[in-house]
Amino acid sequence: MIEKRHRTITAVLLWLAPICFLLLFYFYPLGSILKLSLARSQQGLFSPFLQALNSPISWRVLGFTLWQAVLSTILTLILGLPGAYLFAHYNFHGKSLLQALTGIPFLMPTLVVAAAFNALLGPNGWLNIGLMQAFKLTSPPVQFANTFTAILVAHVFYNTTIILRMVGDFWSHLDPRLGQAARMLGANRWQAIRWVTLPLLAPAITAAALLVFIFDFTSFGVILILGGPRFATLEVEIYYQTISLFNLPLAAVLSILQLACTLGLTILYTRLTRHLSIPLSLKSRVATQRRLATHRSKLMAGVIIVILLVLLILPLTGLAVRSVTRLEPNRGEQSVTSPGFTLDFYRALEINNNDSIFFAPPTKAIAVSLGYALATTILALVLGFPAALALSQEAASPISHGLDSILMLPLGTSAVTLGLGFIVALDKPPLDIRSSWILVPLAHTLVAFPFVVRNLTPALRSIRPRMRQAAAVLGASPGNVLRYIDIPLMGRSLLAASIFAFTISLGEFGATSLIARPEYPTVPIAIYRLISRPGELNYGQALALSTILMLVAGAGMLIIDKMRIGDIGEF
Amino acid sequence: MKNKILILSIVIPLIFSACTQTSVSPINTGTAPSTLTVMTHDSFAASKSVISAFEIANNVKVQFIASGDAGTALNKAILSKDNPFADVFYGVDNTFLSRALSEDIFQPYNSPLLADIPDQYKLDPQNKAIPIDWGDVCLNYDKLYFSQRNLQPPKNLEDLLKPEYNNMLAVENPATSSPGLAFLLATIGHFGTGKYLDYWRGLVANNVQVVNDWETAYYANFTRWGGSQPIVVSYSSSPPFEVLGSKTPLTEPQTAVITSDGSCFRQIEFVGILQGTKNLDLAKKWVNFMLSTPFQEDMPLQMYVFPVNPDASLNETFQKFLAIPENPAYVSPDDIAANREAWINAWTETVLR
Repeated sequence: MIEKRHRTITAVLLWLAPICFLLLFYFYPLGSILKLSLARSQQGLFSPFLQALNSPISWRVLGFTLWQAVLSTILTLILGLPGAYLFAHYNFHGKSLLQALTGIPFLMPTLVVAAAFNALLGPNGWLNIGLMQAFKLTSPPVQFANTFTAILVAHVFYNTTIILRMVGDFWSHLDPRLGQAARMLGANRWQAIRWVTLPLLAPAITAAALLVFIFDFTSFGVILILGGPRFATLEVEIYYQTISLFNLPLAAVLSILQLACTLGLTILYTRLTRHLSIPLSLKSRVATQRRLATHRSKLMAGVIIVILLVLLILPLTGLAVRSVTRLEPNRGEQSVTSPGFTLDFYRALEINNNDSIFFAPPTKAIAVSLGYALATTILALVLGFPAALALSQEAASPISHGLDSILMLPLGTSAVTLGLGFIVALDKPPLDIRSSWILVPLAHTLVAFPFVVRNLTPALRSIRPRMRQAAAVLGASPGNVLRYIDIPLMGRSLLAASIFAFTISLGEFGATSLIARPEYPTVPIAIYRLISRPGELNYGQALALSTILMLVAGAGMLIIDKMRIGDIGEF
Repeated sequence: MKNKILILSIVIPLIFSACTQTSVSPINTGTAPSTLTVMTHDSFAASKSVISAFEIANNVKVQFIASGDAGTALNKAILSKDNPFADVFYGVDNTFLSRALSEDIFQPYNSPLLADIPDQYKLDPQNKAIPIDWGDVCLNYDKLYFSQRNLQPPKNLEDLLKPEYNNMLAVENPATSSPGLAFLLATIGHFGTGKYLDYWRGLVANNVQVVNDWETAYYANFTRWGGSQPIVVSYSSSPPFEVLGSKTPLTEPQTAVITSDGSCFRQIEFVGILQGTKNLDLAKKWVNFMLSTPFQEDMPLQMYVFPVNPDASLNETFQKFLAIPENPAYVSPDDIAANREAWINAWTETVLR
């Protein structure tokens, strides 16, 4: 009885900061905008609900949204799991670099990614030109833009890194002796994976798949730009109803529908995973990783690496190449330029040709972006760590079970709805921050926080409670248990969580574009400003700045990856 | 170690906020009367020198809230009208004008400078919304594509139905794109509400390509930038900007605009003083400033739009390369507001299904 009460008090204390944060910066703005939107309905509160439920369009949109998200998630898992296996089990040259590279797609602005795919797969892209020359075709054989395939490919492109990192890092701590024991007892390779490894990995796989699914489910830019006008997700429909038609009641109902789906899915997830995690003896990576020694393993590694490079890196390389190439095609006539190497677009980024008040040289945009990313990472870790700790307490208190499901809601919330919610709700002192810079890291943290929790929880749950108890019996204070047991044993999950928070902030566009201050543009905002204007110089500068974003993000991820706080990174 | 993290987590945001605070201190710490807040969309831009001339002349600091596209910015202004966080809103265009007026976010201001502004731009008789600039959405074509093939570029909207222009036109979706909506309105203004869908059926038969945004249409579909369609819905300002935005200055643009009667749609942007402003005098001064020649002459290079004030002159490149349609198609803001959803839905059924 006493112990139970003690546990509840601990849970309340751990939840205090995360819940206050969510109440203030998520539920309050969201509730305000939904209330205000529904109040605008002229035929009463229920009519927009009936309007949405009776409209075949809403059902079609919901059906499509679910369908593309399910397919995208399955494809992302198929591509990501072999990569996660490779990263978890083998040490090879350039592994950190490869891992950082595969994380870059995650934060690239959609307009830039669309340009990259177009250069490869568009009607005049490398693939079509090559095929046309090889087979003497008169029209491009591959149609990519505005197809369902484009949506799936782009989602896999964006989200594979979630599987690679979350599953790979967890996998790297699994004791390989469990699988080996199964093999010794007569199981073949697949039986060992099916009956031993997969069940042990299940918490990490489901957590990663849940995040991927919610990202795909609320997809906006990919659907709009690569999917084209024939496809719409709920998120796209919410934007259209809000901005183009100003039908706020209907937009609110669709937002609620999207939230309900996210919530339903998360509840399903918590139910499913409650009994999945098994306390394990997590092993240091030194013990689980080996070199690529056999021919067989080298071949496997080669195939996986090539697939990852082609799908995740090649499109971006094309962009980087174009950013140092004269774009002006060799068109004869008055144009004196010919294709060739140039750094002009990079130089042009530094020049404020028009004396514009909002001009931001790349150094300033990078500083702004890095500042927000740093603030987001710290805030998300400070809030996410206690939440994950509470969730992972053995036989977690009922409070935690209930709260677990709502943690993911910010990820499933429409950016337009929440952005307008900030404007409506945070307008009175002491919280009159609707035109303040601080709104940006707060919004980023709302997205990063669920990632941190989902990254840390599976690792924390797998720590044998006996280790904590033993430490406590030996006289360690709760703080010391945390310091010497939990934090080191969480190992790379903490680094993975930091990297996700960092990259989410660096790449976020939707919410940022609604609340950012014009004189402090983030890099994605600055890219958007350039690419939304005609002319070679604007387009070239947009590509140059995108390349800079890739380099900064890659370097940032490598640095976090190499960080050693105590023995966290080593483990 | 834990302390280190703790300390870092407190110190870093502090440093961060200190850096940011000092650089924006004139905005945040200035006393209320000396700050004028202008709310606008993310395409807004102006020259430093022009804005600071206004600031010095009126002893005021101008703070811009410029985030989100035109529709988003307007929604923000409407939703915050009970507790406005700006004094002035700039950037509502004629397709959104009725929404702004029916939500009653502006107060009237009969600026003395309006006397010089041509009547064609004054769409609000009460002068709550005051015209500042205009820009035409027109068909652009790739001159080289047509000259290399000895093909005449189309002269008007009707030409696009001819078989020789099969699969040559890229347009934007009016549901998601402002130029896309403007072009749909051009066809409605030109062919009438009874016939515009027939015209679009003809375009579909001739393989019109539809994308969701201007960026894709211009940089992915347009042959000028490596795409497959030599005709694209863009702005009349795009050819001069091809010259201004080229790295090695071109002597003339490689694209041109079709300006036949009724083939373009004119977007007019308005400014208004927000209800509930505490800086009414300053707000009026700002409106007058936007109508005055220094700001009006600054707009074309900054925002790719053109002055409503006839005294403002255009720079040389525009004088040479800006094509101005004599008779753009016209649809009244009230008609647009009343029919926007129905027109877009009908268009979607006709073109996309």
